[in-house]
Amino acid sequence: MAAITMNHIVKRYGDGFPAVNDVSLDIADGEFMILVGPSGCGKSTLLRMIVGLEDITSGDMLIGGQRVNEKSPRERNLSMVFQNYALYPHLSVFENIAFPLRLAGTSDAEVKKRVQDAADVLELREHLERKPANLSGGQRQRVAMGRAIVRQADAFLFDEPLSNLDAKLRGQMRTEIARLQRRLGVTTVYVTHDQTEAMTLGDRVAVLRKGVLQQVASPRELYEQPVNLFVAGFIGSPPMNFLPATVQGAALRTPFGDLHLDDRRAKAVAGHDLVIVGLRPGHFEDASLVEEDKRRHGSVFRAMVDVTEWLGDQQYAYIPFEAPAEITAQLRDLSRELDSDQMRTQAIVEIDAMSRLREGREAEFWVDTRKAHVFDPKTGTNLTRDAEAGARMTEEVAQERAEQLTETREGRVTAG
Amino acid sequence: MMGAMSTRERVLWYLGALAIVLYALFPVAWIISLSFKSQGDLTDRNFLPRNPSWGNYETIFSGSARDLFLPALRNSLGICLIATFVSVVLAMFAAYAIARLDFPGKRLILSTALVVAIFPAISIVTPLFNLWRGIGLYDTWPGLIIPYLSLTLPISIWTLAAFFREIPWEMEQAAQVDGATSWQAFRKVIVPLAAPGVFTTAIISFFIAWNDFIYGISLTSTEASRPVPAALAFFTGASQFEEPTGAITAAAVVVTIPVVVLVLLFQRRIVAGLTNGAVKG
Repeated sequence: MAAITMNHIVKRYGDGFPAVNDVSLDIADGEFMILVGPSGCGKSTLLRMIVGLEDITSGDMLIGGQRVNEKSPRERNLSMVFQNYALYPHLSVFENIAFPLRLAGTSDAEVKKRVQDAADVLELREHLERKPANLSGGQRQRVAMGRAIVRQADAFLFDEPLSNLDAKLRGQMRTEIARLQRRLGVTTVYVTHDQTEAMTLGDRVAVLRKGVLQQVASPRELYEQPVNLFVAGFIGSPPMNFLPATVQGAALRTPFGDLHLDDRRAKAVAGHDLVIVGLRPGHFEDASLVEEDKRRHGSVFRAMVDVTEWLGDQQYAYIPFEAPAEITAQLRDLSRELDSDQMRTQAIVEIDAMSRLREGREAEFWVDTRKAHVFDPKTGTNLTRDAEAGARMTEEVAQERAEQLTETREGRVTAG
Repeated sequence: MMGAMSTRERVLWYLGALAIVLYALFPVAWIISLSFKSQGDLTDRNFLPRNPSWGNYETIFSGSARDLFLPALRNSLGICLIATFVSVVLAMFAAYAIARLDFPGKRLILSTALVVAIFPAISIVTPLFNLWRGIGLYDTWPGLIIPYLSLTLPISIWTLAAFFREIPWEMEQAAQVDGATSWQAFRKVIVPLAAPGVFTTAIISFFIAWNDFIYGISLTSTEASRPVPAALAFFTGASQFEEPTGAITAAAVVVTIPVVVLVLLFQRRIVAGLTNGAVKG
């Protein structure tokens, strides 16, 4: 078990393109760190640099305080689960899991014991004699994890391990990985493009965009205090709504009427003319269903409902709006970058499932302005981010985690 | 695919296949039949021998052709096995490098291999003959093994490189992360995975060397190194007016046997789809 530290890591390919650009990241001992971002953001490259399969152009990679830049993968004592599992097809499940131990020259009795322990954890006992070709996708995935946990590696690395599974199995394996990591308390770096995995698994999440680290924080901080437009748009599903707005003192004039800001945020946006307001779908509600005392925390506006989607426990409504050309272009670029090519400017709002809104009619909506974020349209920076509140959230998670880890390790000591 | 065919189509396919098999195997059957005929019956215009006998086989194994055939058989086996082994081992390393590494001159090596493969052997036999006599390789085993390598290496490199390219990169990377050196990853993961390819290549190499006649007849002079195809040309009949047809056919049948045995043995190893289950397709 070891901490992983990255100092100004750069990966430049032959054509000079920086796949990873000046990333500095501290992963604490026992922490579950997620690397997330749209395809081509450099997250897998970064992971492969940690494990040693990719050369580091510049910067320092430290594992357990030791610089490992020049070390080969086998000298780093890390274990990795590959996206396509990379099982050895000519070996049985037992030998696949035993492979790292055999290479280390472990005695037969010890190999047998350790493999069976790993197989018990992953419920692979009855499959040990089979060949990988005869296993289902989920079983192969578990074999790959068995190979990773069978030896005392300093850290586990996962490269999109669930992307080849179907949705149901993915959910199960996700819980499985979380349980396993909590139980073993081993430093884990997990690459994914799936934000559900990122939000549910990680102690902290590192968001990457075009090789540049955007924000490293607990899932909660990322969701509530995103550092810029990109992070705000990437985290959350359905994504945050971005509305164009002009600043009029302490109010923002949006296509959905005026939003009033509190003093702190009013001060933050002062001096700007055109801004982008970010509102999560959950910040909206059908105005007729909002109680009176809650009403004053937000603004009410009338808008045309384009489409509604009723999902049983919740309901989404799509509200089209007009935006100035420069904002439209900016938002379109952003949505393309987030792999979601949204063509029209529309807001997705989450309303109560009881609401009887009709498509094609005007309706009255209420929006909670307390949680609105305001972004600078040129740089994408979040002008109203409350860094302190964010840091507090991440700190809480770190503390919880530390307690949990101590318990795990003490438990292991007493058990052993 | 068979299921999609109508009965009519299937019958036609079988008829076509049968015709080809008959066409290909008829000469073999004829040679076997001839090898069991006695000298007098050779031209009796009968497909099956009237009085089948082992006479011709006795001639080559214990009779007059014995001193010609047995050393030649030993030479052929030895030379071809060594040439195959050396060629497969060399080709394995070369092909691995070609499939995995990006080095300057990679295309050059591949195209040179191709050029060597299509270069007619007959045009280098005379220079080789002179060179071999000069440096003492004439009529020795290495004197044949080296030219055979020039025949077998190019095709081995091409076949093996194709096989290695099929093996996903992640296999080696996983092995390296698991604690293997490059050499261990190659030996414990790549070679077993490439085994079907290695066996296929070995068989092809062996056939090429085994069937060679030009080098065999030109670069040898005695039973010290003369291989079977060349030795057959030196068989003589009972008198100089008699063709040794019976002995030659018997020898031909005997040299076909190792080839058949090899294919039957390795057929099991050439199992397609061995890499199934390595990675999610």
